[in-house]
Amino acid sequence: MDPVRKRTKDLSKSVDSAHLAPFPDEVLEKVLSLVKSHKDRSSVSLVCKDWYNADRWSRSKIFIGNCYSVSPEIVARRFPNIRSVTLKGKPRFSDFNLVPQNWGADIHSWLVVFAQVYPFLEELRLKRMVVSDESLEFLANSFPGFKVLSLLSCDGFSTDGLKAIATHCKNLTELDIQENGIDDLGGGWLSCFPETFVSLEVLNFASLNSDVTFDALERLVSRCKALRVLKVNKHISLEQIQKLLLRAPQLMEVGTGSFQQELVPRQFAELETAFGSCKNLHTLSGLWEASSVYLPVIYPACANLTYLNLSYATLQSDELSKLLPNCSNLRRLWVLDTVEDKGLEAVGSSCPLLEELRVFPADPFDQDMVHGVTESGFVAVSSGCRKLHYVLYFCRQMTNAAVATIVKNCPDFTHFRLCIMNPGQADYLTNDPMDEAFGAVVKTCTKLQRLAVSGLLTDKTFEYIGKYAKNLETLSVAFAGSSDRGMQSVMEGCPKLRKLEIRDCPFGNEALLSGLDKYESMRSLWMSACNLTMNGCRQLAKNMPRLNVEVIKDEESDDSEADKVYVYRSVVGPRRDAPPFVLTL
Amino acid sequence: MNNLSESGKSGMNLKETELTLGLPGEPRVGKACMKRVFSETVDLELGNSGKKDSSGSGSSMKKESATSRGKLVGWPPVRAHRKNIMTVKSGKYVKVGVDGAPYLRKVDLELYNSYEQFLSIRTVLDEKKLMDPVNGVEYVPTYEDKDGDWMLVGDVPWKMFAESCKRVRLMTRSEAIGLAPRPETKCSSSSS
Repeated sequence: MDPVRKRTKDLSKSVDSAHLAPFPDEVLEKVLSLVKSHKDRSSVSLVCKDWYNADRWSRSKIFIGNCYSVSPEIVARRFPNIRSVTLKGKPRFSDFNLVPQNWGADIHSWLVVFAQVYPFLEELRLKRMVVSDESLEFLANSFPGFKVLSLLSCDGFSTDGLKAIATHCKNLTELDIQENGIDDLGGGWLSCFPETFVSLEVLNFASLNSDVTFDALERLVSRCKALRVLKVNKHISLEQIQKLLLRAPQLMEVGTGSFQQELVPRQFAELETAFGSCKNLHTLSGLWEASSVYLPVIYPACANLTYLNLSYATLQSDELSKLLPNCSNLRRLWVLDTVEDKGLEAVGSSCPLLEELRVFPADPFDQDMVHGVTESGFVAVSSGCRKLHYVLYFCRQMTNAAVATIVKNCPDFTHFRLCIMNPGQADYLTNDPMDEAFGAVVKTCTKLQRLAVSGLLTDKTFEYIGKYAKNLETLSVAFAGSSDRGMQSVMEGCPKLRKLEIRDCPFGNEALLSGLDKYESMRSLWMSACNLTMNGCRQLAKNMPRLNVEVIKDEESDDSEADKVYVYRSVVGPRRDAPPFVLTL
Repeated sequence: MNNLSESGKSGMNLKETELTLGLPGEPRVGKACMKRVFSETVDLELGNSGKKDSSGSGSSMKKESATSRGKLVGWPPVRAHRKNIMTVKSGKYVKVGVDGAPYLRKVDLELYNSYEQFLSIRTVLDEKKLMDPVNGVEYVPTYEDKDGDWMLVGDVPWKMFAESCKRVRLMTRSEAIGLAPRPETKCSSSSS
């Protein structure tokens, strides 16, 4: 489509107006282009027809939270000048194998339309989409100015697709491949960047498993002077990372490779120097198999670190306790529960500026109860880190009293995700349900946007949530609740709820239908292993024609049961690419 | 503000040392429950889905999301790339358990060169060492070897032990009575 604007404004109207002279379109568009947030942009477009049009013509970035809520044709028609697209596909529970293969969310049909409409497309950021090698090749060949490719939790492609990107995208600035289910056919893709290619600023291939040619990587890093983010995979050794750091001391974010290698003292010193020479380094990750022996090489860089991701390093508490006093500037910390409560005490005492903490389980599926963190570790962090507002915490025991203390210490939580790993586990000291814990969270943390609950929970928890969580947008529920009343309380409260995902709860059709008035203002609802039936879902679909009510049929289940239900608003009706096991009602 | 964590912590310590022998995750109801004989502890299936035990919840889940072996699909909600962190690690990891404590710890035997080093590491009982005559309750370190037999730690040279050890359990003296008598020398002297 021709990017030349068409003047559609009817000037005669404005002559009659006794008020201010109308803005020329260019001015309005210029002003609106300074409005960056897509939510604000959305609001802007609803003000009046002029503003709608101004937003239309000036919008260059678009965010689509559910790829099935709209079609590429509609997007193309409304926004002629898009340069950057963010698309999300599968429901989040697909991360945990709850969505079968071939469910959908294929990017290809989008790319075909974009190739026609947006030849100047520069950025594509995808999350939970299916991307094939053909699509990547098509992308590489369709958009000469393409700059940014970010693939998070996607699947369907192999390193061959990356070869196409490296070969053809002459203006690439970002290649960010994270946590995808891909076929790793070898590391040769990296060698496909031509020697003339110098524009890379971000390179993240940490999650790829095969070896790249180190020589090619070193040369690439050397010639890309604007490189600021480099995250390598675990095949890159300590010695190699030292060479890379020397080539690129301007790096701001580094993901190291494996941290386990026999080093002589000279090499150790060289590594320390290399880390010390990176004056702009604020983010550090990777650190696979890091242990107390070699961890000290990062100490020279620690004072400036704001984000440290140790979630691949099985550190013990004393190792973390030695490291953290060097990291007083940390805002974000990710660790494994191998650090135990003692390690978390060190967090509390060493990192007063901490805003985000994520504690992952090192052994989530071990049938034996391997020690991890408990409520006291969490309390210790809350006590020392009063600015904490984002937490993801996997543990095996918790108490209501501890959570009450935690939120009293840190009332500014925006994201509170607590996973007590044994489903339906009570307060281990009092044997009570964990209702009061989450009650305390929603009552105290008025800014709460995201909540994940766990443990033994009755309907009371959901009554609290419905009543107090006025800013809640995302809620994740598993193995909780006593009756339909629970879910109903949430549907009747929580005015800002956008995403609700539920599994293994005793909520049935009545609960589902209680949200009739709410689903159109939400992005989506997921319910699996609850008490829904096909009839209940049909009723929902019948009453709400602008919702897609999809049931994923499970071979083992009864015909009348609706084992997995995914409900979302859409302006394009039922999707045409649904596989046979997805029924749209 | 610290009161809770302090009292909770010391309370937990005392409770931890009580030999209540309940299933992990279950409420500690004091010294009730039957005493498990040694062989039963080895076969104990810990960490089973607690759904069935959660009485009083009124939670009536019509359908179980379980697959074989009582394992739940997609639970805990940990993404695929995080699942194998411990299993792909190099080193020789063995589980170390202590009678009376519900949790185990994984320890890398390759980090140690002698019984002395190994036995001085801290256990899940916080400040207590694996073999500490000061704590009042004497624990006897035992291990399961390649053949599945339970032996007393210290009977064989360290290297041999490290190679054949599959898991370690600290038993109270009374529990360990059925095992082979050990030589008077090694353990008691090397632990001081």
